[in-house]
Amino acid sequence: MTRCMTLAEAIDRFVPDGSVVAMGTCLEAAIPFAAGHELIRQGRRDLTLVGPISDMLFDHLVGAGCVRQISAAWVGNVSAGLAHCLRRAVEEGVPAPVEIRDHSNFTIGLALLAAGIGAPFIPTRTSMGSDLPLENPDLIESTNPLNELGEPIVLVRAIQPDVLIVHVQRADEAGHAHLWGPLGVTREAVLAARRIIITAEEVVPSATILRDPNRVIAPAHKVAAVVEVPGGAHPSPVPGYYDRDHAFFEEYHARSRTLEGFEAWLREWVLDLPDHAAYLEHLGAARWQALQQTRETV
Amino acid sequence: MTYTPREMMIVTAAREIRDGDVVFVGMRLPLAAFVVAKRTHAPRAIGYFECGLIRETPPAALLYTMSDPANVAGAAWAGGLVDVMGLLATGHVDVGFLGGAQVDRFGNLNTTRIGSARAPKVRLPGSGGAADIASFAQRTVILMPHAPHRLVEEVDYITSPGYGSGGDWRTQVGLPGGGPSAIITTLGVLRFDEHGEAYLASYHPFTTPEEVRAKTGWDLRIPHEVDITPPPTEAELQALRVYDPDGVWIGEA
Repeated sequence: MTRCMTLAEAIDRFVPDGSVVAMGTCLEAAIPFAAGHELIRQGRRDLTLVGPISDMLFDHLVGAGCVRQISAAWVGNVSAGLAHCLRRAVEEGVPAPVEIRDHSNFTIGLALLAAGIGAPFIPTRTSMGSDLPLENPDLIESTNPLNELGEPIVLVRAIQPDVLIVHVQRADEAGHAHLWGPLGVTREAVLAARRIIITAEEVVPSATILRDPNRVIAPAHKVAAVVEVPGGAHPSPVPGYYDRDHAFFEEYHARSRTLEGFEAWLREWVLDLPDHAAYLEHLGAARWQALQQTRETV
Repeated sequence: MTYTPREMMIVTAAREIRDGDVVFVGMRLPLAAFVVAKRTHAPRAIGYFECGLIRETPPAALLYTMSDPANVAGAAWAGGLVDVMGLLATGHVDVGFLGGAQVDRFGNLNTTRIGSARAPKVRLPGSGGAADIASFAQRTVILMPHAPHRLVEEVDYITSPGYGSGGDWRTQVGLPGGGPSAIITTLGVLRFDEHGEAYLASYHPFTTPEEVRAKTGWDLRIPHEVDITPPPTEAELQALRVYDPDGVWIGEA
């Protein structure tokens, strides 16, 4: 069977308004920017975003007015600095207020792990004494019932995303997908999410994938859509395919400093482009070529 | 040999890594400190990266982020975040690096917001892995440019707990890790006394204890005898500049 479709169709069918969406689960690598841009093009609203850190993508979505709530450990621009759209949303309610549930990286991982194993929560000793559990209703201060002294413990409430969007190196039409490099919280997220959208650098024959099932990141029957999107993680890197476009992060940081600057950036790189192929064309062949890695046998 | 305050800070941070240490590296400046330590006095140090990587050798190219392909190439392990955090939570990390917008005299760090929840003045990125490192590492080292609005009397939000309100606070709240061992700034090195309060342990060669006190937002305790931080050696500076020849991280902001 095939689960292949266009990115526009996958986002239209499987990410309705109000969805809880996990993205960027590999941290700074393989961030599904193309899928995020399609969410903006289709004008999604009231999304809840879930992720450990989000290197710039969550800032785009906040600036575009797609987001109502964020459960994350870190939202910003890793090499360049603060997230200007997030700042405007939180500090001024522009373009709309956003509720942030502040996690640590570990508690986001544990929240997804809990959902993936059917547990209502997972206890941990991280973040105790910090202000995270005081303000985030999904981190609950409690005591260890197995300890006579009643030692303090934090309960991390399970988070079940409606949909997880993962960008991978390669997948087959049925949704078997190879992901390698830093995995972040992706293994926890594929088990936690109700369904999964795979965007892949390449769609390849099943035999290429199934010769190495250890590298298959998710059970294919949870995959709702497979979309071939070469360059779909740009400007983030994809190990074995292309490097991080550091300058792109710098440029966005500088241009998004003002609301007008952000809106112009968004028109140039998202709204005025029909799809990701047009985005890569706008990026230019020379710039794209310079990022390509020597393709090792993998 | 000339060097900048930022180079002094990174080299001093590198010296906090002992040979054979497991280091929770984190992002930005600590990436450079790890490389300097590996290439000078601590060749056997091991680096943890919360994206899921473990390194036994320094990366071959400058890293902008821990997930850059240059950090994957030659990695000793590529797993997941919960794997690496699990190693941290079970006591395997000797030293973890932290940075932030504000730190107080007890080493409590804020990377979440300036201002109150109701009226935030500056929304900062948040914890990332910092709260986890602060909770579990045997010791932590805090890196921060030295300024009175950064070394403050009271942080607006405790993202990463240090010694809380001092004394045995960490034990009371149940934190397993050892807490901060140093705040390394562009002007000096602060260490912590038995009550968990920071004092000036050394000042960098280009400044004075008076300047350090003037640029600290609380009444910093300065002992009678304060050392001068040993300046960077040629080997340390070379390791740093070979790693970052264009000054991406070591250039003055």
